[in-house]
Amino acid sequence: MASVALTNLDPASRAAARGWSDLTIRNMFIIPTLVFLIVFNIFPLIYSLGYSFTNFAANRSEPWQFVGLQNYRELLTDDHIWSNFVITAKYVIVSVAGQMIVGFGLALLLNRSFPMKGLITTLLLLPMMMSAAVVGLFWQLLYSPSWGPINYVFGLGDFAWLSNPDSALYAVAITDIWMWSPFVMLLSLAGLSAVPQHLYEAAAIDRAGWWYTFTRITLPLVSPILLIALIFRTMEAFKTFDIAYTMTTQPTAELIAIRLYKQAFQQWDTGKSCALAYIVLIMVLAITNIYVKYLNKVKER
Amino acid sequence: MAHIELKNVTKKFGSHTALTGLNLDIADGEFFVLLGETGAGKTTTLRLIAGLEKPTEGQVFIDGVDVADWGAAERDVALVLQQYSLYPRYTVRENLEFPLKPKIRRLPDAEIKDRVARAARTLRIEHLLDRKTDRLSGGEMQRVSIGRAIVRKPRVFLMDEPLSALDAKLREALRTELKNLQMQLGATFLFVTHDQIEAMSMGDKVGVLNHGRIVQTGTPHEIYNNPRDTYVASFVGSPPMNLIDGRLVENRAVMANFELPLSGGAARTGGATDGRPLVFGIRPEDVYLESGAPVEARVHDVENHGVEKIVTLRVGDAMLRATVPARTAVEIEQPVRFAWNSDKMVMFDKGSGVSLRHTG
Repeated sequence: MASVALTNLDPASRAAARGWSDLTIRNMFIIPTLVFLIVFNIFPLIYSLGYSFTNFAANRSEPWQFVGLQNYRELLTDDHIWSNFVITAKYVIVSVAGQMIVGFGLALLLNRSFPMKGLITTLLLLPMMMSAAVVGLFWQLLYSPSWGPINYVFGLGDFAWLSNPDSALYAVAITDIWMWSPFVMLLSLAGLSAVPQHLYEAAAIDRAGWWYTFTRITLPLVSPILLIALIFRTMEAFKTFDIAYTMTTQPTAELIAIRLYKQAFQQWDTGKSCALAYIVLIMVLAITNIYVKYLNKVKER
Repeated sequence: MAHIELKNVTKKFGSHTALTGLNLDIADGEFFVLLGETGAGKTTTLRLIAGLEKPTEGQVFIDGVDVADWGAAERDVALVLQQYSLYPRYTVRENLEFPLKPKIRRLPDAEIKDRVARAARTLRIEHLLDRKTDRLSGGEMQRVSIGRAIVRKPRVFLMDEPLSALDAKLREALRTELKNLQMQLGATFLFVTHDQIEAMSMGDKVGVLNHGRIVQTGTPHEIYNNPRDTYVASFVGSPPMNLIDGRLVENRAVMANFELPLSGGAARTGGATDGRPLVFGIRPEDVYLESGAPVEARVHDVENHGVEKIVTLRVGDAMLRATVPARTAVEIEQPVRFAWNSDKMVMFDKGSGVSLRHTG
């Protein structure tokens, strides 16, 4: 089928002079990508699936054994792991909700013409372009109990944001909101500017108020793209490692990705950590699947 | 129901001037058609009245009240846009209910139901009420958008080329329907179009707009028979009025290649002095072919329109169109003789293009 759709090569072209056919050219583009995908994505994926059924440890040369579902069984009955999942769930809910609200709010504010709009939009996008490790480090400074500007501005005395077990997770979530709200903003802005102006005019003529117009016209038209932002951010938040790892060592802020890292590269429990990685993958897949189903429904309407 | 007045309105968009010193007076219950070419400022005029744009200069009055500080909502006008602007993802019913449901002005449910049903009946869209708007044809969408305007019982209806996107048959049908609707409601309508047939057939009054200025306002009859200048003469009417340069010499219209006699009435028009450079305007239907007529011409082209034929006559290098009954047998390059009904002839000043009847 695919070769039928290909157009014929211009006989005067240089490629034709070298004796290449259009199929050769197609393969030249596709094969490197395929090789790359297989070597770096598919192969490790399958290989780690294999490891997850063994007691393999990457730092030891002893022969490993096939242990069946033992890794999975241990992990799913481990209270410690479950508490990591609960922490991760809290983190995902707080940070994604925060990003959606802040990002969409900013987009609503930006969705009009005002002087220096381009500059302001670009500046607002900066946080998301920074390296997460750097963001983590300087927010650590901002949160510093004795001389950090955040406590100074809000008059919180020497409140220890990152070493207080109750607040550490939320402090990280706030940083994540700061960093990733621009992403939601960017997508929302694209969605908002795609709403035709004449619909707003028609609504104004129909004497609809701001809230009525927003809920009846803006929101339904932007919701598909908002859902896409939500999918992306949920997936990403679920996997958060870098910010949290650099910012705090509190066990109450130990996200599942940090747990996974410790298991794989501090305890060298390679087989078990592969199993954990698969559990996380399945969870993320399940959540995104729910979203995608809902997204398709929204789009159909 | 309302009376609308625009006083000396100028609207600029940056360096571009869309409207210049526009004066417009639309009586209560009138069907007023604003006619003009694309870019003449018709839509801008509508948007100014609707409150979607603010005039750079001048005032807009609705029922004698200056509405400069009023938003679109307070003005209580309905605007039917060219793009229909139906709310996507909603059914026809939801679209019709939309203007009735905002909290501040929410009507009782029974009243909403009643109004939607009545509008649907008037526009014959009852069978479409539960359909989504993206599954409608152009004509259906247009009806829904008109329906959304009438459910609200606004003071004024503004319509921006609502028929231009429809095919000819439907356009004709909706033309009559709109006119009937206006008479039924007794509402003030301001209808914008570039189609002079729409203007002539629907309007109680027509305003011709050219480059942001009103050139002439009057009944369709006045506009057609007594155009104020050569622009109106050539814009209104299909085929347009014949315009030929010439002079007046002793009760005769002398043109480059031929001359025609004038009757007493036409010759006595004020300012029609001998030798003054003029443009003679004559409607094609007032040019007739007759064997004993004064001027000989050759048939340059024939267009058969079914009920009539439009014959292009050639005298030297001058072209002239005549509308003749379809049964008239004419062939291309056939020599014919023609005359005109000089009572219907309009003389325009060559320099300004203004009709002598209007300058007095």
